[in-house]
Amino acid sequence: MILFQAEDLSVRFGGIRAVDSVSFDVRQGEVFSIIGPNGAGKTTIFNLISRIYSSTSGRLIFEGKEFTRTPAYQIAGLGIARTFQNIELFPNATLLQNLLIGRHCHSRVGFASELMFLPSVRKAELRHRERVEDVIAFLGLERHRESLIANLPYGVRKVVELGRALCIQPKLLLLDEPSSGLNVEETEGMGFWIEDIKKDLGITVIMVEHDMSLVNQVSDRVMALNYGKVLAMGTPREVQSHPEVVKAYLGGEVENAA
Amino acid sequence: MRYLFRTQYQQDIALWRHNGDRFWYGLLAVLVLVAPALLGEFYIGELGAVFIFAIAGVGLMLLVGYTGLISLGHAAFLGIGAYVNAVLLAQGVPFLVTLPLAGLFTALCGAAIGRPTLRMSGLYLAIATLAFGSIVGTIFQKWTAVTGGFDGFAVPTPYVFGIAIEGATGIYYVSLVVLAFVLWVSANLLRSPTGRAMVAIRDSEVSAQSMGIHLARYKTMAFAISAGMTGLAGALFAHYVRYLAPDAFDVLLSVQFVTIVFVGGLGSLRGAILGAMFVRLLPQFIAVVRDDLPFGIGRLPGLEPSLFGLVLVFVILFQPGGLNGMWLKTKHWFQTFPFKRQTSFRRQKTYAKSERLR
Repeated sequence: MILFQAEDLSVRFGGIRAVDSVSFDVRQGEVFSIIGPNGAGKTTIFNLISRIYSSTSGRLIFEGKEFTRTPAYQIAGLGIARTFQNIELFPNATLLQNLLIGRHCHSRVGFASELMFLPSVRKAELRHRERVEDVIAFLGLERHRESLIANLPYGVRKVVELGRALCIQPKLLLLDEPSSGLNVEETEGMGFWIEDIKKDLGITVIMVEHDMSLVNQVSDRVMALNYGKVLAMGTPREVQSHPEVVKAYLGGEVENAA
Repeated sequence: MRYLFRTQYQQDIALWRHNGDRFWYGLLAVLVLVAPALLGEFYIGELGAVFIFAIAGVGLMLLVGYTGLISLGHAAFLGIGAYVNAVLLAQGVPFLVTLPLAGLFTALCGAAIGRPTLRMSGLYLAIATLAFGSIVGTIFQKWTAVTGGFDGFAVPTPYVFGIAIEGATGIYYVSLVVLAFVLWVSANLLRSPTGRAMVAIRDSEVSAQSMGIHLARYKTMAFAISAGMTGLAGALFAHYVRYLAPDAFDVLLSVQFVTIVFVGGLGSLRGAILGAMFVRLLPQFIAVVRDDLPFGIGRLPGLEPSLFGLVLVFVILFQPGGLNGMWLKTKHWFQTFPFKRQTSFRRQKTYAKSERLR
């Protein structure tokens, strides 16, 4: 079953075609990786899906419904969560508060009842807290619960960001370079979590990643991009041995280059 | 040192963390309640003014300290609240109606100014709100039919359940009740989804958006809440000054409000109150020591504004946590006595960056 589709997606910044007629679809329950050299347009695709950028042309479809023009703040409500390449946590809040913010799209309490903190708000808060505690237990973040994000080491923050995305209880999770800035051990741990997210939680993952060992470890399918165009798509092995991909990475001349 | 042993999630959302909190805040409540019996008229008047400024300070704290938006136009909101209250009272509307109306109307004005400034941040927002402040100031001066222009007008005495709110003590108690209400509402908001959304917007707009937070809605809301609380303060301010004239609501007053939140300590309700105490009590302190200062410093014109400026600069450079930060450090020192750690008092390196004010 196809969960997410990008059809003929393009975006131009001035004269630059950052993403050029990219089409791909992601099946329910798979880990789909996007690879490519720097500036290939990988993160731009994420920003298009999370509607931080608007596409110049093309369509975005999630669970059979188009969301090409849905405002950015409604994307989480659809069930699409994301992390950021350079960690966009809320540094002056505690880990617990950060994860609770991930529950925001599930919050249904009215403003007036918040002002008075009515029992309904209290009940909702406790329910959110339980969901958050599930995520904390899943990722083993118990001992950092009360810490300010600003005081946590980089590797832990990376996991917290993953946790915050999980608090949304998404159907589709976008991970932007989950291993960047992590050491070998932490990268391995990240790989196990991505596998667990797929197998235990049944969440579909789209991942932008440079670390090929991590890509090989977790991906079902891989898409290679360069200059905003799709070079190759298929299993990790197929894509890595694809001549265009090898050229793009090794810097050899690409035939009939644009 | 107190270690909290928590067995329920309830304990993390409780207003009072433990019985120590309840005891000390209870003691404080008793003290402020009996203060009029112990202190003279003058001190009660000043303390009432501290409360009024603290109400506005809490309002601005929600905007600046929690949502990360700056406003240099809050004197205008204070003015709007003051005029709405006074004009309606003069029409014979009871005080228990005019006070909430002043807050509501100012909140609407706040939403109206918040809406067009959504795309602005930092300096641009500061300039836009500054302009708003001076426009409203001009309206107070020119709309003589309602405000009486520069002549101003005397604010009628308010009645609550048939009792006249007169003199320093009356204003003191009403301000105390409103301050307690504003603090309660703010604390509730900050432990609710809305408060977290505000903090999220302050720390990272792009990821707040991806968490499902509607930036425009929450920023407008923050402006409205902040303005509404300042409007309530304004309504009380009208009774504190007793005679309304437009020149009371100038830019310097807005700067005083900003001083409250910065000197008090960004991101803390306690800071708003400590800041209000500082801003109201420093001029009194200057007045007392003025004659005893050497070299005629006390007679220099502009001593007060320059001292305010100096304190603001020093706080931002050396004590980004403000008075609240100093309070927390002092408390920590006593709690851990005699095991003070070297790092507890190390100068903080996190300056209040201008980015915080986006």
